[in-house]
Amino acid sequence: MQNYPISKSRMASLVSHPDEVKVVSRRFGQGATDIDRYLELDGYRAVQKALGMEADAIINEVKNSGLRGRGGAGFSTGMKWSFVPKQSAKPKYVLCNGDESEPGTCKDRLIFEHDPHSVIEGVMIGGLAVGARSGYIYIRGEYRYLSIIMQKAIRDAYTKGFLGKNIFGSGRDFDVYWHGGAGAYEVGEESALMESLEGKRGIPRIRPPFPAVVGLWGGPTVINNAETLASVPPIILGGAEWFAKLGPPKNGGTRLFCLSGNVAKPGVYELPMGYNLKKMIYEVGGGIPNGRQLKAVVPGGASCPCLTADEVDVNMDFDSVAKAGSMLGSGGVVVIDDAQCIVKFALRTMKFYQHESCGWCIPCREGTDWLKKTLVRFHAGGGVKKDIDNMQYLSENMLGRTFCPLGDAAAMPTIAFVKKFRKEFEDHLEGRPCPFELEGAREQMPVMAH
Amino acid sequence: MKFSEEFEKRFAEMVPHYPTKRSALVPTLLYAQDEIGFLSDEVIAELAGRLDLTELEVRNVITYYSMLTTKPRGKFNVQVCTNISCLVRGGEEIFDHCAKKLGVGHNGTTPDGLFTLEEVECIGACSWAPAAQVNYDFHENLTTEKIDEVLDQYRKKATQ
Repeated sequence: MQNYPISKSRMASLVSHPDEVKVVSRRFGQGATDIDRYLELDGYRAVQKALGMEADAIINEVKNSGLRGRGGAGFSTGMKWSFVPKQSAKPKYVLCNGDESEPGTCKDRLIFEHDPHSVIEGVMIGGLAVGARSGYIYIRGEYRYLSIIMQKAIRDAYTKGFLGKNIFGSGRDFDVYWHGGAGAYEVGEESALMESLEGKRGIPRIRPPFPAVVGLWGGPTVINNAETLASVPPIILGGAEWFAKLGPPKNGGTRLFCLSGNVAKPGVYELPMGYNLKKMIYEVGGGIPNGRQLKAVVPGGASCPCLTADEVDVNMDFDSVAKAGSMLGSGGVVVIDDAQCIVKFALRTMKFYQHESCGWCIPCREGTDWLKKTLVRFHAGGGVKKDIDNMQYLSENMLGRTFCPLGDAAAMPTIAFVKKFRKEFEDHLEGRPCPFELEGAREQMPVMAH
Repeated sequence: MKFSEEFEKRFAEMVPHYPTKRSALVPTLLYAQDEIGFLSDEVIAELAGRLDLTELEVRNVITYYSMLTTKPRGKFNVQVCTNISCLVRGGEEIFDHCAKKLGVGHNGTTPDGLFTLEEVECIGACSWAPAAQVNYDFHENLTTEKIDEVLDQYRKKATQ
């Protein structure tokens, strides 16, 4: 199984649409994995500019740009950086979260594949801003070919003298290292990510203290998603004002939206923050194929409450989607047509969370298991009316009662499925076969680690 | 316990990247598994020794990560995603088709030791669903015909 050369078949295909605003994706398909090509395309200019700036000036620039975390939480990046103490007895770190595993999300994959140096540059600028001298880029284990690309990019940057001692003749040192995972959704949560990087099971840490104060090996640590870090060099070069104006107030920049599911033209599109979801589905994505109608959309990865067909006229920025009762999340837009069974969709979602729950907190470990068992029985026609209320009650009691957001991530979509599609749940009652499956429900394979 | 030169080079390069030795554990386990095929008792003892850990500490980590296994798998690990984006585009049909064709279920290995079949969680190929990975190779926009071709290719590769 060793040593795979990178074959063309492994590369993900690119799409484009006239409404796209290419900031993070501007070098996609341009051969920018090659460091010389990256340099031709403005590469490593932002970090050189940042080397001439005060740390606070970098933080302010990022703060004013309105950049918010692209991993899902949407927290102000500049604000996060400002929480790192100026003085620290222990070394400080920048940690890039490339453990992309939120179902529906496949954007960091394209960044690593087409523009790995932009992530390295983002890590370096983050390091200059918070006073760190090293950074780690954590890439999920399944993305082996991307790890190979990233490792080469890091090596090339060292060869050019951009990393290591005295970077760009500034008298300052900066190291960047690659790190790989081995299959775990939970590790995408920031404190579990640090545990994993320290060679342990990916179990969340109790906060406070927050990673900005006590993080990797006890040192102050800034953790940002790969897309967030790749957005930083353009901010330094183009200015905070330009970036902020790409989106609505407090939602600067663009987003890599991963359009998937029942749309005619799925793909990863970079659209301005606040782009209308309905337009995204019908114009960018080409609408619902096979003469089907839209039933629901999961707007930001599996953990986000679904929106019904009547609710999709919403602008895709953090605040507007929150106002609509869901989350912008990780940018994974999963479109569901009217041939799909919501009970089954809810079941598959719960199977995922049950499998990925680390088992540390009881409400999450037991809650996901009970919900999965109920949904399996329910979908197979063994449901009773009380189950519907029980599922909602169980989910609501998981909310906010776990150390990390995985419990919430499992509960929130379930509550929305039950509330918004109650009739569909009722249609499965009293031994009735799933109305969407002519031959009866498929025996659910338990997705298990071993 | 002997690993390849490449493994040794990688290991020697990786360990100094961290302030604690054990930090190299997760990627090292995966590299070791890629060489040996699974994490045998011998591999576990060897890596525990190198990283100043007990074997139990290493096993504790192994059971957490879904890609790591202490049991041998087939030469080609066929990992079919059935998570939401793949589900609504026929991921389950692809899995069922593979199960029928290979004559094994989830986590089953064909008697010739060529294929192991796994139903897996999201592999980050949502916009190109349904998708599967065979070892580390992505195969996307699958149909039952396409997965047949993919499996045939690997079968051919094994006999070459």
